[in-house]
Amino acid sequence: MVRLDKINKYYRVGAHSLHVLRDVDLEIEPGEMVSIMGASGSGKSTLLNVLGILDGYERGEYWLDGTLMRDLNERKAAHYRNKFLGFVFQSFNLLPFKTAAENVALPLYYQKVPRRKRNRIAMQYLERVGLLDWAEHLPSEMSGGQKQRVAIARALIGKPRLILADEPTGALDSETSHQIMDLLTEIHQTGITMIVVTHEHDVAARTQRVIHLKDGRVEADP
Amino acid sequence: MVDLDRWLEIWSTLKANRLRTVLTALGVWWGIFMLVVMVAFGSSLRAGVSRNFAGLATNSVFVWGQRTSMPYGGLQPGRHVEYDTADIAALRRIEGIQYLAPRNQLGGFRGGFNVTYGTKTGNFGVMADYPEVQYVQTPLVLAGRFLDDGDLDERRKVAIIGKGVYEQLYAPGAEAIGTYIKISGVYFQVIGVTGSLRTGGEGDRDLNMITIPFTTFQQAFHAGDRVGWFAIVAKPEYGAAKIEAEVRRVLAERHKIAPDDDQAIGSFNAEKEFGKIQTVFWAIDIVLWIVGVMTLLAGMIGVSNIMLISVKERTKEIGLRKALGATPWSIVAMIVSETVALTTVAGYLGVVGGVAAVEGLGWLIAHMPDSPLGPPQIGLSTAWQATGLLVVAGLIAGLMPAAHAASIQPVEALRAE
Ligand SMILES: Nc1ncnc2c1ncn2[C@@H]1O[C@H](COP(=O)(O)OP(=O)(O)OP(=O)(O)O)[C@@H](O)[C@H]1O
Ligand SMILES: [Mg+2]
Repeated sequence: MVRLDKINKYYRVGAHSLHVLRDVDLEIEPGEMVSIMGASGSGKSTLLNVLGILDGYERGEYWLDGTLMRDLNERKAAHYRNKFLGFVFQSFNLLPFKTAAENVALPLYYQKVPRRKRNRIAMQYLERVGLLDWAEHLPSEMSGGQKQRVAIARALIGKPRLILADEPTGALDSETSHQIMDLLTEIHQTGITMIVVTHEHDVAARTQRVIHLKDGRVEADP
Repeated sequence: MVDLDRWLEIWSTLKANRLRTVLTALGVWWGIFMLVVMVAFGSSLRAGVSRNFAGLATNSVFVWGQRTSMPYGGLQPGRHVEYDTADIAALRRIEGIQYLAPRNQLGGFRGGFNVTYGTKTGNFGVMADYPEVQYVQTPLVLAGRFLDDGDLDERRKVAIIGKGVYEQLYAPGAEAIGTYIKISGVYFQVIGVTGSLRTGGEGDRDLNMITIPFTTFQQAFHAGDRVGWFAIVAKPEYGAAKIEAEVRRVLAERHKIAPDDDQAIGSFNAEKEFGKIQTVFWAIDIVLWIVGVMTLLAGMIGVSNIMLISVKERTKEIGLRKALGATPWSIVAMIVSETVALTTVAGYLGVVGGVAAVEGLGWLIAHMPDSPLGPPQIGLSTAWQATGLLVVAGLIAGLMPAAHAASIQPVEALRAE
């Protein structure tokens, strides 16, 4: 599903550059559920952004489902994000002026699915995350856990092959975190590959494999 | 562009940014409102000026007598210059004159003449004319006919009365043609009733005027050979200015006037006046054009600015849309559509408001006696053109913010907490 080959990434900070990812090699099989752990600033989010084609890299090769992700133009990148990937963020990133249903339906808007059909599908996914009754509510009227469920429904609606979650439980209490992880695990069991960045050991413990990052290097990958 | 879905998306974002939407819309609204009102005001000014000249031949010349200001050929200055029928014959020999209409007015320019019909009396100006005068100032014949050569040749006692005269002397609906009116004791048969192409003061004067044959006038009122003034239409290939000069030269020679005595003969050249008015109209158009473009430009810059601020405020939203699969083009289309929608709707409301204001202005002008302004006009085509212009303006105004929006990187956007 995912193969990283000596990926190197730098951030330009003023005059000098910061080497954030150093020769990262990584292979993730289809249907795997993997977590990435590491100290703050170790490059977890950066790695996830590279995997999500939200960011580029300087050296190495990134193969996604057999295709080399390199020097993509914006249209191609948009296409892969839309059809192949689903994102879940720590801060939910819901559009505040849209209802839960509209937020969930947004990726389908960019697939040019007609509105009625889009809304119908959005309802199915809201039902799946247990929020059917909240469809017409704005994000400001919902709890953190509910917002993250809406975000997960949004990540799922495009039928992605790979879901990338950056600290999906980082803003939630442990009880809610547990429920969100239940949901993610359940989704994983339908066959979707999943990569979760986390600080929490009990979150990492619920994944099949843990990748440790330290100063931009992969530490232990058994 | 006729994608309902996209418009719903635009509507939801415009609604989400209410204050900026209203502010932007207000700027555009005001700009277009002002533009419409100004264009209408220009047309009003034009109509006001034009109607004083309605029906007047553009290449017409008027020549009348004044007083000499220089001694010449042994004659003292201060002499009244008066024309007579011999001058008519002399002017007829001028090659470039197409129509020559010698004229007299009974009772001078101001005073009227006592006119009676049955038991009713009125005081009206009386013009003694040749039929040729109709080529100088087109009469508006409402009933009967205008003068013809037969009237002149036979010195018929016939009269054409203005509508104002008719209304004052006749019962409403009464047949005037064929009846007899008494002008200063002499009976004339009414052969025509005229209105006027002109409005305002000039028009009123036309309506309260009686026209009789020039030759009849001379005989019936013992006016002798006198000719008050000449109304002339120049042949197009000669031009009014040239004929004016030639007529003045001929008359100066005949009346022993110093060639450089400009005071002795008065003349008016409509061509020159029309030219001046054309220049004024042209200037009005230029000013309107400049002001219009400036207003539009100011509106566009305002919209562009606010959209740019809005794009910066919405960095996160745009970044997220990109993460969810929005192409740069779809982001550009979104911002440009928002801008176009905003400018078009606001601008259209501006057109509507402007037209309403113009209607109000028109009502005021219509109810203002002797207004120098004519009815203001703003055509439907102008409104459509303005709307089309707004769409283009919105498009241009949206380009810069849209390009900025499209360049937003999803990571940058999503990092900003
Ligand atoms: N846009 C950027 N410009 C410069 N430096 C950056 C940028 N983004 C990240 N960095 C730096 O790169 C390094 C890795 O950042 P990254 O966000 O990947 O860490 P992280 O492991 O996700 O940390 P955390 O656990 O705190 O989220 C950090 O030192 C960070 O300061
Ligand atoms: Mg991070």
